[in-house]
Parts: sequence; structure tokens; C-alpha cells
Amino acid sequence: MNLTLKIWRQKDSKTKGQMVDYKVTDISEHMSFLEMMDVLNEQLVNSGDEPVAFDHDCREGICGMCSMYINGEAHGPDRGITTCQLHMRMFNDGDTITIEPFRAKAFPVIKDLVVDRMSFERIQQAGGYISVNTSGNTQDANALPISKHAADEAMDAAACIGCGACVATCKNSSAMLFVGAKVAQYALLPQGQVEAADRVKNMVAQMDLEGFGNCTNTGACEVECPKGISLENIARMNREFLKASIKG
Amino acid sequence: MSVLDSKVPKGPIKDKWTDYKNHIDLVNPANKRNIDIIVVGTGLAGGSAAATLAELGYNVKAFAYQDSPRRAHSIAAQGGINAAKNYQGDGDSTYRLFYDTVKGGDYRSREANVYRLAEVSANIIDQCVAQGVPFARDYGGLLDNRSFGGVLVSRTFYAKGQTGQQLLLGAYSAMNRQIARGKIEMFNRHEMLDVVLVDGKARGIITRNLITGEIERHSAHAVVIGTGGYGNVYFLSTNAMGSNATAAWKIHKKGAFFANPCYTQIHPTCIPRSGDYQSKLTLMSESLRNDGRIWVPAKIEDAKAIQEGKLKPTQIAEADRDYYLERRYPAFGNLVPRDVASRAAKERCDAGYGVNATGEAVYLDFAAAFQRYGSEQAKLKGIKNPSKEEVIKLGQAIIEEKYGNLFQMYEKIIAENPYETPMMIYPATHYTMGGVWVDYNLMTTVPGLYCIGEANFSDHGANRLGASALMQGLADGYFVLPYTIGDYLSNDIRTGKIPTDTPEFDAVEKEVQDKIDFFLNNNGTKSVDHFHKRLGKVMWDKVGMSRNAPQLKEAMAEIKAIREEFWKEVKVPGSGSEMNLELEKAGRVADFLELGELFAKDALVREESCGGHFREESTELDGEQKGEAKRNDKDFAFVSAWEYKGEPADAVLHKEELEFNDIELKQRSYK
Repeated sequence: MNLTLKIWRQKDSKTKGQMVDYKVTDISEHMSFLEMMDVLNEQLVNSGDEPVAFDHDCREGICGMCSMYINGEAHGPDRGITTCQLHMRMFNDGDTITIEPFRAKAFPVIKDLVVDRMSFERIQQAGGYISVNTSGNTQDANALPISKHAADEAMDAAACIGCGACVATCKNSSAMLFVGAKVAQYALLPQGQVEAADRVKNMVAQMDLEGFGNCTNTGACEVECPKGISLENIARMNREFLKASIKG
Repeated sequence: MSVLDSKVPKGPIKDKWTDYKNHIDLVNPANKRNIDIIVVGTGLAGGSAAATLAELGYNVKAFAYQDSPRRAHSIAAQGGINAAKNYQGDGDSTYRLFYDTVKGGDYRSREANVYRLAEVSANIIDQCVAQGVPFARDYGGLLDNRSFGGVLVSRTFYAKGQTGQQLLLGAYSAMNRQIARGKIEMFNRHEMLDVVLVDGKARGIITRNLITGEIERHSAHAVVIGTGGYGNVYFLSTNAMGSNATAAWKIHKKGAFFANPCYTQIHPTCIPRSGDYQSKLTLMSESLRNDGRIWVPAKIEDAKAIQEGKLKPTQIAEADRDYYLERRYPAFGNLVPRDVASRAAKERCDAGYGVNATGEAVYLDFAAAFQRYGSEQAKLKGIKNPSKEEVIKLGQAIIEEKYGNLFQMYEKIIAENPYETPMMIYPATHYTMGGVWVDYNLMTTVPGLYCIGEANFSDHGANRLGASALMQGLADGYFVLPYTIGDYLSNDIRTGKIPTDTPEFDAVEKEVQDKIDFFLNNNGTKSVDHFHKRLGKVMWDKVGMSRNAPQLKEAMAEIKAIREEFWKEVKVPGSGSEMNLELEKAGRVADFLELGELFAKDALVREESCGGHFREESTELDGEQKGEAKRNDKDFAFVSAWEYKGEPADAVLHKEELEFNDIELKQRSYK
């Protein structure tokens, strides 16, 4: 198929960007979206132009590196996937595809489609861990039974890949699904109880500091999340936060 | 006498590590504050090492080319992590895990290292649970296990199909705690481009800031490389797009020996390639082989019809299917080790029985599992005389529970429903057992320079068992390196901060800068990927699953020719003082073009078949094992450690003889 691409080009964080049109031809429906981008970039390199910078790494939907806002949707027009898992069979010959970076105040553009997600790092550094040193002398793993239900729920929350699609999708640029998933994972497990109050307070404080918006319960984040992280995690974070605030 | 000293402690194998720890020199906590350590790579090995070293009190600088340590490719490991816990009471023990690993590695690993790995494996699970890693549990709240290819016990711990992700997030959370404390200084989007030696010791690295393009100097008292394997030398592999060998190769060029590059694992259950535009291959967990049966058509005319799209697999009668693994290896069947399963698939496809348009695919069929689980469910649910459709539906629900995410992934990529038609699979490069040579301390042949995880060569011999990579990465980082590096650093407590304004740093920085300038000013005619793809094709065709002397010689010559053309014709647009993805790739491919040639040379020298290295000249000629790989312990029970001498073809071989005192060498038989 032959396509027209409208892509956001921006030299660096200080320079103003703009949409630029490109044409690609003979795109196979079996290609992944990023392979289509590879074809465009090979074309650009061969003609002496600068290729389009975009983040990507594992190309199997788990590293969370690839971003892109495609035709107005984070990771494009399919559900439960990242951009690297989007296939060209979702498009038709002659289509015009608009490709933008993830847009949020807390995700400044570095170049073209690459954004800076260090705000997520700082939130996790504020408390996204259990304080246990490596010693080899922690208690036997089976000394602490954990109900299958809690373990499974914690796993569902922990499946978050930190891609930022929730933020990019939210009209308020809220990071509450991401932070909620992190808080919930530990809140559901007995190991996480000791530091629970400090954790949620510190992570939420950092989230506010980074300039993410608040949650107005539209649920768009859950719809666009490639890993199906549930809105329940936001509710759980709110509960944990309230609990921690009352305890003081 | 060889220049290689493995420094394996004396004494019985089960006491070596304990005795060693009791006798090493320690660094007192006040002195640790004055010692800096650089850790390059933040996957399971590098991430766990960085966190643990910082907990101990050292000042750690950690480097990742991604925007977060959590994105390292360890995250993609699906199946699980082995540990000799014997929670299932099925006869597992430290010795048995040790034995299985040495046997699975086809008797080409160092006994003492493997025993230590098995010994600390149980601690890894304890540590990860304490960190909040949500492993799968049973209804009693205890940890669940599954079995994996090539072994007879259930010792694999898992977190759905995302075990690597969860373990990495555990190590990452431990890192975050230390980053917050200021004990780890994290450098995201930084790539190490060379190592700096001062008086023969590793004392720093040169990096490029991938956002600004700035070339930076970083000094330390020791340097740890945990940057993963070199599978992308094949261009197409299951590695991440950015996975590269540059750190490992650069230290090789500065004096670290490179061991056994020819030991590469080709994983049997990957999604077949569909066209020339393909950028990477996708692995599906080996656990699928627990329930799937692998087959190709028994008749060549059926295979042809399938390749041309005239026949569907479901139209082929049971009697006309060749379940070749069950036929050739009745004892292990579909659960033979990875190397055996991969070669068997290639053998059938080479003979013309492949089942997609490229002729490079075999079926992985779950129909029998649907039937088996379905009948069981019908009984459990008290359904009398269930219809055939009902049984299959019930069975599919069970398979969906076990492998739903993999089936979904397959359907997204291939656009075929694997519940209705068998999956297609084909082997792909997945893991590299070879790597930088290290001694028992995980130190390379350069003092103060360590190498951990997949980047080193040490524990998997010629073939790695499933669910052992995660185990090794975390064992090295959490439990081994933090001890061994202390022994070395105890001599550095009076050294003081290492300055970076020295001639040694000047010289290496200039080398790095010159190479970048060369790429940007070369004005060639071909893209970096063009050369990478050509290298990959030579590697796959001539240094792939099956190798022979004439083709290996051709490969060496062809890789050399591609390399020479690369330096003349490569084209890198943009500038050095900005984010420049083509420039990053150029440096990595330049290193692959050297590594690939050494790889072929190593394969040529090893005139035996062992593990992932199969030489067509070395097979059993008769008896029950006819046509199977033939190892040669008399002449080849050694580690090949290569010393850099300029051109890869001129590399000098040093042999570390392997001694087996605790395990008897046997032929691997899965018949």
C-alpha cells in the first residue's frame, strides 16, 4: 500500500517543531508500524536527509520505550498493544497517517517523536520500592504465604511497562494510572505494608511536583493502556492516600 | 603454561564458595565511601550489581542507553527463573541443578562457577520475594513452579509470562532506592564507547550522552560490564534493536580475552520471518512445548501444497503428519533441549517440508492438548457424553489460561487464530553463551575490569538451559560480584579519587572522537542497516545452526570484505552534537563486523559438535545416535579465549583446559 505520513519534526527541545509530509510506497500489510518507519528512514538516509528520531527497543511490547501518537491515539488504532505491535494491516492503501510525539507538560520533546519521561523515574525514586538490602539472608520465600488472589492482583498492577500512554491519552495529562499501579502492587502485598503510608505520600507528592494533571475519571487511560492496567488501581491509590493522610 | 588463571579455589566443590568468602579481604564501611565503581548496563546483572554495591556503601555510577534502567532487554524474558528450592519435593537439589546445567551446557562450562550458581540460586528467590516480586502462587499461598525443557524436575519460578520484567523491576526498585539516597548516580541515555586503562588497570570509561552528543569522561576504581550478549550480530534475532556488543568488544580490544564466541543459542519457538523488511524476530516462551506438538507433513507433496497456499494444516490426516521430535527422541519428545529442537526443525525444512511460503516454518499444534484438557474438564464438571466441540472448547479455555498472552501475541503478528489453526514456528538467534572471558572472581584478563551476566562466558558452556539466564544474571549481580570485587578493591583504599585529566583519558577520548568524526564526514552511499543486514545474512547462512569448514572460511573472507566496504561506503547523516540514532548504530555495527569474523574463526577452530555449535564434520556415524552431534572431549574440552591482535583473523587462541572432577562426561542422549 501507499501512504502519506504527516510527522512531527523538531530538531531539539529548544527549537520549534512542525508537521512534515512524507510519502512511502509498497508497504506490506504484514509490516509492523515501526518497520514501516524503518522503510521511511532508510529512504531518508539514502536521499541524504535526516531520519525521523523515535524511541523503540524490544519491539515485542514489553520494554515500554516506543511511544508515538498515531492518528490521535497513543500507540495507534488498536487495543492492548504498543506501537511496535501495531501492524500495517490496520491501515488502508492511500491513507494519510498523522504521527506526533506523546504530548504532556511533564514529557518534554527531546527530538522529533522522542520525549523525556524522566518524571516517571523520579516518581519511582520517591518511594517505588521496598527497603530490603541484598543479603541472601532474607527469610525463605515460602515462609510468608500470600493469597493467590492478592498475588495475581499485584501481578496485574506490576504488568505496567511505564510507557506513558496513560498520560498522553489523558486530557489532563494525569499520571494517576501509572502511579496507582505502582502503589497498588506494593499495597496488595504483605511485604509492602511497612512503608505503605510514606510510599503513597511521597510518590503522590512527586507526581504533583512534576506537573501531571489530576484525574477526572474519564477512563481514557485504561482504554489506551497496552497492558490493560485497571482503573481500580487509581481507586486503590486514593484509598491508600486517604489512609496515610488520616494516620498523619 | 597458559596465561589464563581461572583462580578456582581449592577444596571440595561444595565448600569452595563458602571457604572463598571466609578468606577474602573485606573493605571497611568507612573506606567504601571513598571507592567508586562504574557499572555499564542495567539489566538483571548490571541492575542487581549496581543496587547491591551501592547498598554496601560504594559510590556507583550506572549507565544505560535506554531512557530508564527498567527497559533493558532482560525485561523480555518470559518463561521463568530456575532455583534449587525443591519446593515440589521432586528430588531437586543444588547438585542436581549443577548437574543439569553442566550437562545441558554439553560439558563445556567451568564446574566451580556452575556449582556456585546453583548454590546461590535459592537465595535469589528469597531476595526477590522480599522485594515484592509477584511470583505465581498456588491456592495455599505458596510459590508455584513449572518444568522447562531438558530437565526432569519442576524448579522454575515464574510471574505469568513476564518473569524477566518482574525480576528486572525488582532490581530496578532496589536501584531506585539507592538513586534516591545518592549512592547510585544514574546516567540514562548514555552509551559507553571505550574503557580507559591506567597502569594496566581499568580506571574509567568514555561515554556519549545520546541526547546532547557530548563525550564524557568517568573514572572509577573498578569497571563492571553487564551489557548482555551479541546476538544482533545476526541482524535478525530476538534481542532488542539496541542490544549491542560495543562495550564487550571495546574491552576486548583493550586486553580482555573473548571466549567461545561460536556458542550461540538458536531458540526453537520463534515466530517465522515474513519478509525482507523484517527488523526483528519474536520469541514465544519455550513453555509452549509442554503442551504443543511439533510436526511437518510426512509427504513432500503435501508440504509443497501448503507452501503454495493450496492446502491447510487442518486438512492433513493424522497419519500423514510427521511428529519428528517424538519420532527421533522418544524419551524427551517435544521437550528436547533448545539446540536439538532447533536443528531438527532446520533439518526438516532443508529437506523441503517447511510449512509457509518461505519454507522455513514448522507447526506447533495444540489440538491434542485441547482434547486432553477438555476431557479432563468435562469429567471435573460432571458433563456426561460431551460433544466433540464442547470438549475442545473446554480444553481451549485451559490453554488460554496458561498461554493466553502468547496466543494473543501470535495472532497480532501473524493474523491467524492459533486456537483454530496450528501455530507456525522457526528457530531464531536468542542468546549468546560465549562472551568476555572471566575468572572465578568474574574479573576479565584486565585487572579491575569485571564482566557479568550474558556478557561473560562463564556458566552455560555450549548451550544454556531454559530459565537459567535470569538466574545467572541475578546470581552474578546480587550474590557473587559484590564479594569478589571487594577482595580486589581492598587494595585500593588508599588510592584516592581517580583523576580524568590525564594522558590516558585524553588518548582514549581522542580515539572515540576521531571515530565519530570519521562516520559523520565519510559521505558514503549506503546506510548502516544495509551493512548490518549483509553481515546478518552471512552469519545466518554460514555460521548459523549448522556449520562446516569451507563455509566458515568463506564467511570469514566475506565478513572482512563487508567490513572494508563499510568503512569506505557507510553514510551517517546529521551531526555529532545532537541525538543521532544513525551514528549510534554505525558504531555498534562497526564492532559487530569485527566480532562476526572472530565468531566464524572460533567456529572453524572448534572441530567438534557441542551444544549450540554443530559442525557437520563431527556427527555420530552409526548406532542409535547416528547423525547426532559428536563431541570430542579428548581434543576440545577447553575454553577458547581469544586475545586481540588487530585484525580479528589474527586473534591468538589461549586455552583454558576444563577439568571435570564432580561430573562424569557423557554423551547427551535424549532418545
